[in-house]
Amino acid sequence: MGAVDVEAVWRVESARIVAALTRFTGDLGLAEDATQEAVAEALVSWPRASPANPAGWLMATARRRAIDTIRRRTALRDRYALLAVDAAGDPAASWVEDVDPDRIDDDVLALMFVSCHPVLPPAARVALTLRVVGGLSSEQIARAFLVPVPTVQARITRAKKTIAAARVPFELPPADERRARLGGVLHVLYAIFTEGSTATSGDHLLRPDVAYEAVRLIRTLAALQPDEAEVHGLLALCELTAARFPARTDPDGTPVLLEDQDRRLWDTSAIRRGLAALNRTSPRNPGPYALQAAIAATHAAAPSVGATDWDRVVLLYDALGRVTPSPVVDLNRAVAVAMASGPARALAIVEELVTARRLPGSHLVPTVRGELLARLGRSAEARVELELAARLCANQRERAVLLRRAATLG
Amino acid sequence: MAKYMLIMRGTDESNAALMASIDEAMAATGRFIEEMVQAGILLAAEGLDDPGQGVVVDFGGDAPVVTDGPYGETRELFGGYFLLDVASKQEAVEWARRVPAVRGSKIEVRRVAEADEVPPGSGKNGRI
Repeated sequence: MGAVDVEAVWRVESARIVAALTRFTGDLGLAEDATQEAVAEALVSWPRASPANPAGWLMATARRRAIDTIRRRTALRDRYALLAVDAAGDPAASWVEDVDPDRIDDDVLALMFVSCHPVLPPAARVALTLRVVGGLSSEQIARAFLVPVPTVQARITRAKKTIAAARVPFELPPADERRARLGGVLHVLYAIFTEGSTATSGDHLLRPDVAYEAVRLIRTLAALQPDEAEVHGLLALCELTAARFPARTDPDGTPVLLEDQDRRLWDTSAIRRGLAALNRTSPRNPGPYALQAAIAATHAAAPSVGATDWDRVVLLYDALGRVTPSPVVDLNRAVAVAMASGPARALAIVEELVTARRLPGSHLVPTVRGELLARLGRSAEARVELELAARLCANQRERAVLLRRAATLG
Repeated sequence: MAKYMLIMRGTDESNAALMASIDEAMAATGRFIEEMVQAGILLAAEGLDDPGQGVVVDFGGDAPVVTDGPYGETRELFGGYFLLDVASKQEAVEWARRVPAVRGSKIEVRRVAEADEVPPGSGKNGRI
């Protein structure tokens, strides 16, 4: 492996190159196109002769392509403007060769805020973030989300156009919007993580490589925004959740329930990293990610399901429900209540959710309801519920588990 | 994705060169670590103390024999490591290229075995 690996250099450098070029040109779409052209050139020329400084080569080539594009556009639009640019000097001259590292950090952060901008539809935020900040190709993103490559390409193209049309500035959001916009960024990163930790469709329960991309981006964000407690909360949640991956499926890919997991397979270093991140959250005023991380930490600390501090888990779900009221939180709380105080009380919570139709169409409600009915000895009703859950569940692995469980109930 | 360890290996000469410009080396390493933290890939990094202060526990005989360092005939000494969480071996190598290492030293790039796999030749039921 003597030659420099283009993809590896790209993974390391892409966010910084796109960010710096966006700052330079004020145009994310142009910056991204220019860097893609540079990568394409590298794929051709590096195998013949590796540059001494691959990162510098990519940056310089991308910058040249960006300048070419600007010149072409300017020439088309207004020949006089081209003269003005020439009179003011070559745009390349305004480029700072030794880029200020603090500036670059801000640029990468600004890039995250732009790629997660509320003007974009959620799926576009995910695709654009993975592309411009994560450095993934359209093929990799398509594989991660089980969608066709042209769909991803179209999403990214439309996203870049939307950002240009909305004149989204390349800058950190103003102070009064910062917190809310950061919440939006966290939401996108968490959406990427959950796609990897519980695949919504397909024939695998886990896609650790997708979850890994999210964790990596969250770590970057935590380094760039070290004083934001919820960033550490999300990092803690994802590290602690990913720590259980090795035990969550058996060797043939079948999901293993929490109570049946071999806890010796849990990744203790990931747990340690998760707990360290959790320590950096706000103990007095925990946000929703910190609370979910605290729940995950309670599981991580327990030797078994039976020996878990379920009262603490219920309290944490109570707090979570106050911060972010949601039927999914109520449902999870019901599961914890079942463990802490028995299935009857939990079933009452679930019945309420069903009556109010607060989670219509979700397989989760009948899954939990069926399990609670089974524990109460109401086998026939339980089986009906679990079969309903299986019909609603889009993940084939989970569906198989539900059907097997239903079949055990007479 | 996988974990890789970049194992720093120095010789007496490269270690002497390192100590001669230790302040510079520390600053460069600090910047490099910061870069890896911001890339979201650094899990751990440690540097080892002077090998002359170490001891060797030798399992060559019936009972372990403890002797003072240095390691005698070992030419290249393990001096520290970076533990990375990266997408590929190529990416680990790319980071290794960027280590501000002194001339004459080497970096070994090794994948960390996962909990559910057994390294080749270690016996089927071996747990590490």
